[in-house]
Amino acid sequence: MSALVRRYGWPITLFMTGTTAVWLVVMVILPALVMVEYSFHPNLPVTKRGGPEDYYTLTNYAALFRGIDLTTWTFPNDFTVFIRTIWGASLVTFLSLVVCYPIAWHVAKIAPPRRAAVMILLLVIPFWINEILRTFAWYIILAYQGPLNAALLGLGILDKPVRWLSGSGGVLIGMTYAFLLFMMFPLINAIETLDTNQVEAAKDLGAPTWQIHRRIVIPHAKPGIAVGCIMVFVLAASSYIVPALLGSPGTRWFTETIYVWFFEGQDWPRGSAYAFILLTLCITFIMLVMRLFKVGLADIAK
Amino acid sequence: MSRDVQLDHVTMRFGDFTAVSDVSLDIRAGEFFSFLGPSGCGKTTILRMISGFMEPSAGAIRIGGADMAGIGPNKRPTALIFQNLALFPMMTVAENIAFGLEMRGVDRSARRKKAMELLDLIALPESADKRIDQLSGGQKQRVAIARALAVEPQVMLLDEPLSALDLKLRQHMRTELRAIQRRTGLTFIYITHDQGEALTMSDRVGVMSRGRIDQVGPSHAIYDAPATPFVATFVGENNVFAGTLTDAAGGIGHVETAAGPLRASLPEALPKGAPVLVFVRPERMRLGPGPDGLNTVTRPVSHVDFEGNFVNVALDSGGGAHGRAMLVQLPNDGRVPAFEPGSAATVSFDPGQARILPAGELAKE
Amino acid sequence: MATLNRPTGADLLMRVYLFVFFFYLLAPLAVMALATFNTSRFPTITPWLGTTTQWFVALWNDRQMWQGLSSSFIVGIAVIVVSVPIGVAAAMLLDGVHRKARTFLYAVMVSPLLTPGVIIGISTLVFWDRLGVKGGLHLAVIGQSSFIIAYVMLMVSARLQRFDRTLEEAALDLGASHTQVFAKILFPYLRPAILAGAVLAFFQSFENYNVTLFTRGTDTTLTVYIASKVRTGLTPAVNALALILITITIVFAVGYEILRRNQKAKAAA
Repeated sequence: MSALVRRYGWPITLFMTGTTAVWLVVMVILPALVMVEYSFHPNLPVTKRGGPEDYYTLTNYAALFRGIDLTTWTFPNDFTVFIRTIWGASLVTFLSLVVCYPIAWHVAKIAPPRRAAVMILLLVIPFWINEILRTFAWYIILAYQGPLNAALLGLGILDKPVRWLSGSGGVLIGMTYAFLLFMMFPLINAIETLDTNQVEAAKDLGAPTWQIHRRIVIPHAKPGIAVGCIMVFVLAASSYIVPALLGSPGTRWFTETIYVWFFEGQDWPRGSAYAFILLTLCITFIMLVMRLFKVGLADIAK
Repeated sequence: MSRDVQLDHVTMRFGDFTAVSDVSLDIRAGEFFSFLGPSGCGKTTILRMISGFMEPSAGAIRIGGADMAGIGPNKRPTALIFQNLALFPMMTVAENIAFGLEMRGVDRSARRKKAMELLDLIALPESADKRIDQLSGGQKQRVAIARALAVEPQVMLLDEPLSALDLKLRQHMRTELRAIQRRTGLTFIYITHDQGEALTMSDRVGVMSRGRIDQVGPSHAIYDAPATPFVATFVGENNVFAGTLTDAAGGIGHVETAAGPLRASLPEALPKGAPVLVFVRPERMRLGPGPDGLNTVTRPVSHVDFEGNFVNVALDSGGGAHGRAMLVQLPNDGRVPAFEPGSAATVSFDPGQARILPAGELAKE
Repeated sequence: MATLNRPTGADLLMRVYLFVFFFYLLAPLAVMALATFNTSRFPTITPWLGTTTQWFVALWNDRQMWQGLSSSFIVGIAVIVVSVPIGVAAAMLLDGVHRKARTFLYAVMVSPLLTPGVIIGISTLVFWDRLGVKGGLHLAVIGQSSFIIAYVMLMVSARLQRFDRTLEEAALDLGASHTQVFAKILFPYLRPAILAGAVLAFFQSFENYNVTLFTRGTDTTLTVYIASKVRTGLTPAVNALALILITITIVFAVGYEILRRNQKAKAAA
């Protein structure tokens, strides 16, 4: 504190610490704590809150797993949705990485500067377009009477139209499309910093292309890969609009379940508990990636 | 207001590290005082404490008799010239110079007038509305001085401001700084690791090592009568002979060294048997055996450097000199013989030109 | 890299892949834009029933859309007002604290960026409900700001890290008060980052959906309006809106790119 006062003086120091404290305490930490606290209460009407029926309980968390029967291999609805969300988000993350890597490599190292700049502009524009609109575009394309079916029928690849929007396929396609650029830019930034001489040297020593990528480019791009994976996974796992638009009741996402508990079931404690579970999932994934790729928080938030 | 600066048992600690250790010193009003020392010796910390960017851990700093404790840098009668000059890139030259006046609420026209006066003083009258990045290194230097002078400080603090300039310009700026100090009569406190700067410009020099002041005095005293082995070896070249004091009489001591018995002036009384160092400067030695009463040393030549006006001869010191070669600087009077490396050379020096100090730490070579 | 000009099979494959990728990236936007001009009541390009501009008229006459748009503007401006000062303050605080505290503070400050939007929305809703504050645009502002401040903080921090602190000390030494140092030295230096932060804050707020969904109460912003339209009562009027937003985005992106290149050229000159 004394170092701050010495540098900024009392008025500015008080303003700085005051506003930052309001932000972190009132807008970030307390809301999270209150949400977690809320999740341990039973769902009671306002009049009964704080009464004898209001005690701390794990019911809301247990609810996610209640009804799992491994002998008959049956799972409750919410649990199925949760697992689908993890699996789906992981798949979207993996697809994004695979799709983006060659493009990022090309933009960062192969394309001449002018062409690279044009490509980056072409990437930036969709990046800035709202997630909802990008999803909406696929809603149109994947519609039963939409252009995709029309094109495939016209080319003779299909002989009757496919209901793309009734399975998980539409959700996965839409999510990959919506979040893939969050993988692209970290990858480009990471690969760009690689000293091209290293690649030339490896080539000179006779390394085949795949070995150059495996041994030189990918290890160097690790922080970018980590950041991209974290961004895409968190966005996908917590996406609401993509599954809402491109999915069907049979392909519900965990965020939709949370929303339903909140606003249709009017069960805020249950919703809070599920939200906390989702947060835990994301934090676990982030920690896992950070450990796996050996990157720090400062590398991620850039 | 008086312009003297007083350091009274000033100590500065950073955690376990003591950067400045119990320094007491009076810098007189109107004096050009330099702190000279290697990097990390604590000189910059002293300057930052005087300017008010740091508060000493213990002790007091007084300017014109007034205790500066708790007074911020913006309230002290000091102006600091930063090592990188810290000119404001978003302002013009005149705005830079007038900045301090603006902060004091001086109105625009008076500010402009003062800035123009100072631009005249530093011989840059045409540059008032230039951007900082349009100036050369030396011009930036002068603008920084003008900016500091504009606030009419009592004490000017200079943190190695010449270190970024090339040699020629640096020598020119020495003269200019000294002239400005004379003209303004301000107290200048100058920080440097460059002994040439300190010795040429200063009224007095304080040589620092490891957070302490080893010696304070005018340039010639620092050079001719170093108080510690550190000062003797940090300021200028010095040959070292380690040995034991065997006898002392009439200000002359006898020392037994690896190079034989030597006699040298003994500035302070030391007990017989005390471990001592004998220092003699390379230019105070001459070639050939001297008449009786002179110290004579014969050693093999290791190499010779021809510098034009001087010839530097390095002799194998044969131990007892902390691993240093023994250097002899001979004026090129046309009679310097050609030395064969490996051949023996005999040199001699006057005991009055050599100095005995109690054994202690030497400056790094 | 183009020293070997003999195109190999791999090069050819890469070209095809690039083409396919950019087609995949841009074609959906083109389809969406094109569908605006189809007379079909449902937004599509197949079958093409006739070319029209009627959906722009329909959009213009949609009062809900205007309501949502004005809400989005109000929220966006309010988010700037809240986020920019706090973001700047947070960046300065981070720059001023000791190294150990900095690591911890930094982690707390960036955590909202890694937190799913729905969770920020839910926690904001639940917290303020405890204090008796119901959902609405005001709560959307608070919820959005809680993570947008972090964006502003990062932008300002990036510039602050390149700041020469001796300028601050020089001003102080010349007699400036701390507040004057901020007004005369630090703020002018940070201004470009602050402006960029404000633009980013508005943009983030304008297109936010997840946080707004939970905190909006019964109010509607433009993104909420679009989402509800797509789900119920979809007509190509939504495409008309999408087309307008895409056009604005392209103008901004190209303009920004030109500005950036000019600055780069100026810096190089």
